[in-house]
This record gives sequence, structure tokens and C-alpha cells, in this order.
Amino acid sequence: MKRTTTRARLARVAATAAVALAIAGCGTSSGGGDSGGSGDEGSGTGEAAGFTPPDIPMAQKLGAGEGEVDILAWPGYAEDGSNDPNYDWVTPFEKETGCQANVKYFATSDEAVNLMKTGEYDVVSASGDASLRMVASGDVAPVNTDLIPNYADLYDYLKDRDWNSVNGQMYGVPHGYGANLLMWRTDVVKPAPTSWSVVFDGASEYAGKVTAYDSPIYIADAALYLMKTQPDLGIKNPYALDQDQLAAAVDLLKKQRENVGEYWSDYLKEVQAFTTGDTVVGTTWQVIANVAEGEKVPVDVTLPEEGATGWSDTWMVAAEAKHPNCAYMWMNHIVSPEANAAVAEYFGEAPANPKACDIAAKGHCETFHAGDEEYASQIHYWTTPIPQCIDGRTDVTCTDYGDWTQAWTEVKG
Amino acid sequence: MSNVLHRRPGLRLGLLLTPPMLWLGVAYLGALGALFITSLWGQNAFTGEVERTWTLDNFRTLLDVDVYRVITLRTLAIALTVTVVDAVVAIPIALFMAKVASSRLKGILLVAVLTPLWASYLVKAYAWRGMLSENGLVSWLARPFGLDTPGYGVVATTLTLAYLWMPYMILPIFASLERLPDSLLEASADLGARSVETLRRVVLPVMFPGLVAGSIFTFSLTLGDYITVRIVGGASQMLGNVVYDNVGAANNLPFAAAMATVPVVIILVYLALVRRTGALENL
Repeated sequence: MKRTTTRARLARVAATAAVALAIAGCGTSSGGGDSGGSGDEGSGTGEAAGFTPPDIPMAQKLGAGEGEVDILAWPGYAEDGSNDPNYDWVTPFEKETGCQANVKYFATSDEAVNLMKTGEYDVVSASGDASLRMVASGDVAPVNTDLIPNYADLYDYLKDRDWNSVNGQMYGVPHGYGANLLMWRTDVVKPAPTSWSVVFDGASEYAGKVTAYDSPIYIADAALYLMKTQPDLGIKNPYALDQDQLAAAVDLLKKQRENVGEYWSDYLKEVQAFTTGDTVVGTTWQVIANVAEGEKVPVDVTLPEEGATGWSDTWMVAAEAKHPNCAYMWMNHIVSPEANAAVAEYFGEAPANPKACDIAAKGHCETFHAGDEEYASQIHYWTTPIPQCIDGRTDVTCTDYGDWTQAWTEVKG
Repeated sequence: MSNVLHRRPGLRLGLLLTPPMLWLGVAYLGALGALFITSLWGQNAFTGEVERTWTLDNFRTLLDVDVYRVITLRTLAIALTVTVVDAVVAIPIALFMAKVASSRLKGILLVAVLTPLWASYLVKAYAWRGMLSENGLVSWLARPFGLDTPGYGVVATTLTLAYLWMPYMILPIFASLERLPDSLLEASADLGARSVETLRRVVLPVMFPGLVAGSIFTFSLTLGDYITVRIVGGASQMLGNVVYDNVGAANNLPFAAAMATVPVVIILVYLALVRRTGALENL
């Protein structure tokens, strides 16, 4: 008896589920199997970016501020003095423009892309591995640089690059750039490393205490190392990998995985791991080294001889920004000499505005090689991998970010 | 108004039950249905936009790529180990609380078991991160015995999860043992049974539904966890991490949905097995 009632109940549950399925199914267009990604659409144009962005109107003139602005930023890019009273460039902005700044920090580029889709943010600081994806999905609008007085001052070699513009149209304001560095505990790792080999071929020496950045984009670090150590693989650009090259990078990362204690994406978690000694060597950002040194942890950083991957960040405005005027005012403010100098110092990167170097701490711009176009060209800036090889090869198809994501899951195992 | 309700019991019952039923049906089963639907969609690899075309690709990837099988098995193994560890530790504690302790001590122990539930999950996980670290409390305690901290990894994850879910195992077992009258134990002794036999033939059958209820908690909570493993799991990942990474990092909702059906299926199988034992009817 009991059995039948249970079965009847199950039948009812199944019926409810079926209704739910039917309702949800209404939103589905069951068209053909071919999904024709936007990566394919522009393949005929021969553009490096390889796609035609959706037509989003550009702001033509600015009105009065809307009273607030929702900012999506990398940690340390919008400080209001609450972390360190010496670093506050949000309060002056609020006083000057009357726009109340609501700041949300994100940890990875992927998170930024995701959060921009919610439509709740007006401006975002996007690295090269996020910017084009947001352009392609229509989440950000072209930027009218004439409306940003400080834009004219910025280094020319940061303008019209393939991570911040499409077909000659700027999609944002360059903000600053830097390299992913190698950090180590000076009391454990001796002699001081000068090559990434300490985390790849030589990683077994520090088995269980190596760290790496927890994102598919870290595959580019392995590719860069292979580019220098195994030239016969023919890697020209760490973001343009065909199937075989990706497989080689994945193999290298799988070997590294045996020696990795943990991967980091939360920068405070990395500081803690270096503090306790659970991690002694691995990739890092300058800001992390600064925090660790501030806590008296014996660490040092270097830009290894193979070169490094890095970021070149761009402030972009949302396609459906609720506060476009305040957003433009923010973009103008963040590249003003004062704010740009403060961010560059706090985060540890080269500012985009040469005038910031007059204000920043003495030697800062030298340390980060601001204005040194030669140095800047040695950093391989984060770029979203797409099927059209961005190194110019046309005889093969490159692996895209989806492939990288899956490969990264396999690496971690 | 109250007259109308008084005269029409059907309406009364309907009003009373509609909100919770809607909650269950729409918010819960509806979400599960939407999850399953989403898992049959595709995704544009570049922009991350969901493409609403029917495809089984997500499930094909799930089955074809070894790493997902490895992660599933690892998660399953961790969930089972956590459940066993919790059961082994919880049974003596619950038995002591229910049958041996004075009522005053019982109250104190009950509070002691419940208190950790008032502290944030994250605080406890990070506390374990500190204890398990190099030169942390665990390695300091283990050193005199020539041992060391297990370091961050699967062992640390199992340990932390077993700690986190312990109250959920102790309480149902305790509740079931509370219902066991002392006279039964005395009768068993009078009939000449040794304590082991009493435990096996009197205590265990009474305790069993509680044990099953506890195991459902510990097992399913572990199966879905992804935070603890990020904090103390070192480089290892569980099913929850794959779902999280695909939602957060890759923004591949369809694949995340496909992956999320795996623990749902495992739990359904587990519940089906449990139902066969009949324990659910005695809860």
C-alpha cells in the first residue's frame, strides 16, 4: 500500500517537473545545430581581431552628472582611502563631479565579463583577455575619446591597440600596464631565480610549494616558456596556439601540477600562503609583493629572462550604462595625472599618462619602465585566444578560450 | 472572513498549503527543470553568450573527457569518507549523550555540539587552513610522533568537511537514541546478551534511521561543496569547483548545468538505495 502511494507521489513530482520543463522550454529556439559563433562572422575581413562588433551607438556629447556611477574594477583600481588613507582618488572624484562612486572589485577577467552581462555597472577596468569579449557580446560601447580631455596626454603606443580598439575605433581609455612577475621566498629559494624554469622544469626542487595563477589564461605563461625553450614548436605568440602547441603547453602544466601546492586567484590568499611558507615560489603581481613585504615576509620579485605575460588595462563604458555622463567623468578622472599616478603606485604598474610620472613617487616610472616602448613590447599582454590565429597564421585554426578553459580543468585534474 | 474559512475547510487547507507548495514547485523543482534545460543548450566560445539550440554536446564532453570522471570519483570518495568518519565519531558521542550522561551534562554536550553551527562556515574553514599550514597547529601536534601536517589537499579537505558536518550526524543519531527506552537495554542484559550483542541487536536497529538521516546530510553537503576545497584543498578540485569555474570563469552556463546534474543523479541513486532499507519510513 505504502509503495503505491509513493509511486503516485513520484508521478505527481514527475508531472510537475514536466510542466516546469515545458515552461522553460518556451524560451528555446530549436534551430539548426550550427551555432556560427561571432568569431566566424568577420573571418572574411582579415582584421586581426577577426570579428565585426555589434552596432552600439557612441556618446556624442556629455550632459550633467547623474549623481552616481557603478564601477567594476580590479582590486586596487578604485581606492577611497579605506584600505590605506594615503591612497584615495575616489573621494576627490566624488567632490569634483558630484557622482557618488559605487565600487565592486572582481578577481579574474572572466568574473568581470560575467558581471558586465548583468548590466548593473557603468564602467569596467578590462584587461586584454576580457575587453574583446565584451566588445563582441555588445556589453560595452565605443568610447568617444574627444569627450575625455586627458586622453590626448596618454602614451601613443597604448592607443589603437588590438585589445582596446576594433577597426580603428577605440572602445576604452588606456589606464596602465604591467607584467606578471616571478615571486619567491628569499630565505628558501636560493640562488635567486632569473628564469621561469624554477616553476616549470625545475619545479620539483620546491615540490608542493609552487603556485600558479588559477585561470585558463595562465596557459599563456607556459606557452611563453615553451616559445623560448622549445623553438621547434613554432610558437610565435603565446595567445595563438594551434592544437599541438596547446597540447605541449598542457603537458608542461600537467608536469608543473605535480609540484603545485595550490593555485591562487584571490590575491590575499597568495599573500597568506607566502607568509606561512606553504608557497615559496610562483607567479605574482607587484601589488602582492608590496603587501607581502609590508607584512615583513622575505620575498623578492623579478621579471624573468624569458619575458612575461602581463596586462594592459582599459576603462570601458557599458553599452546600457545608467549613468553614462558620470562614467565618462570617471574615465577622464582615472587617467588624470594625479589619479593615474596614485593607481599606478598603489597597484604597481606603469601609468598610461606620462604626466603622472611627475607626480608619482621618485623612481616609480623608471621601476615600471613607463614610457619605455621597447620594454612594453616585451610583455605579452593578456589577449583572448580566438580561432583566427592572432600571430597571422592562416593555414591552421587556433584554439579558442573555450578550449583553454577545458584544458585548464584537465591540467588541474 | 473567518466564517467563510470555517465553513469551507477545503479553501482553508488550500490557502494554507499554496504558498509552501508554490515554493517547492516553482522555486525548487522549477529551478531543477531549468537547470536540466540549460544543460541541453550550447555556448558561443568567444563572447560566452548562451546559444539556445538543442545539443547533447555538454553531456558528451562530460562522458568523453577523463578529467570529469576523475573529479566525479574523487568527489564521491571524499563524500563517502566524510560520511564514514562522521558516523564513526558521532555514534559513541551520541550514545554517550543519550544513554550515559546525566541530564545536566546532556544539556551541556548538546550546546557544545550545536555551538559550532553558530560560527560562520568560512571562519571554520579558514581556521583549518591556519591549523593545517606549514608550522601550524597540526604539524606542531604531530611532530612528536614523527608525523607532519597532511598539507593542503584531499586529506585536508576530508578532515575539514568531516569537522564541518559533524553536528548534522550527531543530532539525528542522538534524537533516535533518545527514543530507545532504558528498559530495552536492561531486558537485553537480563536475557544474557553481552554489551556487543545488545549494541548490535538492540541499539543499532533503533539508531539506524538516525544514522541514515545523518548520512544524507553529510553525503549531500559534501557532494555540493566547493568552498572548503578552495580553502584547504590545495590544487585539487571537486564537482562543485567545476560548476563554479564554468559559471564564474568560463561563463559556460550550459556545461555548468550539465555538470550540476551529476550530483543530482548521485543523490537520487543514494536516496533510492536508502529507501530500500526502509529507514526513511522510520524517520
